[in-house]
Amino acid sequence: MWQIFHKLGSPKWFFGISTRFMPWLLVGGVLLLLAGAIWGLAFAPKDYLQGNSYRIIFIHVPAAFLAQSIYIMMASAAIVTLVWRMKLADMFVKAVAPVGLVLTFLALFTGAVWGKPTWGTWWIWDARLTSMLILLFLYGGVIALDRAITDDKSAARAVAVLVLVGVVNIPIIKYSVEWWNTLHQPATFKLTEKPSMPAEMWVPLLLSVLGLYLVFGWLACIRMQTEILSREQRTRWVKELVMKGKS
Amino acid sequence: MAFDSFSAFIAMDGHGPYVWACYAVFFVLLAVMMIGSAMAKKSVVESCRRGYEFQAEKSKVATSKPSASFARVNVSQD
Repeated sequence: MWQIFHKLGSPKWFFGISTRFMPWLLVGGVLLLLAGAIWGLAFAPKDYLQGNSYRIIFIHVPAAFLAQSIYIMMASAAIVTLVWRMKLADMFVKAVAPVGLVLTFLALFTGAVWGKPTWGTWWIWDARLTSMLILLFLYGGVIALDRAITDDKSAARAVAVLVLVGVVNIPIIKYSVEWWNTLHQPATFKLTEKPSMPAEMWVPLLLSVLGLYLVFGWLACIRMQTEILSREQRTRWVKELVMKGKS
Repeated sequence: MAFDSFSAFIAMDGHGPYVWACYAVFFVLLAVMMIGSAMAKKSVVESCRRGYEFQAEKSKVATSKPSASFARVNVSQD
């Protein structure tokens, strides 16, 4: 068990295994995402209440889903960083924070544009929207803190603490639509119940969520590889890898 | 198809600008992030390679042309 754990923590091992998975993640992710988007845009039936503006859901929900999911993954990695000092966990946090920032922005942006024709306003300060905005600032804070500290080890610890403090926001986002009266509609997917939509609507939504997950997997891998290469460039295996690729 | 014609598909009963703006921003940002990440990796690989080549060059120069030597030179003291 501990051997596997140590292996997982080895940048060299991760580099090898991720290189093998990345083409599949990229191709599968892009195909699923495009399939979900095209199906949602052109073939899914019109919503009886909202009309066609609801088609934004096929990108809004994946973006919002991933924005929160990435934060939870970062928090798990932050615990690993603090408890076991695993370098790879810290590299993960560093690599995916900008991805989380972009996806949170996309969730807010698509939500605002969806809100205008549907509820008549771009923005209101209700619980769901405000807690998502706080998530955006948390991502920004993580990136800024990491850049402000030049020493890799102290940066890793400071960032991990900040990420863990911010976790308190995640249940607030999740339950904001149930605890408070808000403009935002309740969750479309619940683990315990059947979706309240017909299959022609939720199947493409599921495809685009899965697709974005895979694309995120690819992004995480390539960004971690970049981080590994720049931090481990003094090691022999990186030198061999780089020089081999050239000839 | 949920629409009767291509123009209806574009217009989306007046919701077209909202829907298409969202999809455009989403896919453009995603593509920029993906291409940017791939390019960042490429440039790190490139800078590593240049660093190794520079080092190799330096060590080659150092071995072929010693700037000082400790060899004893026998000069007559007469």
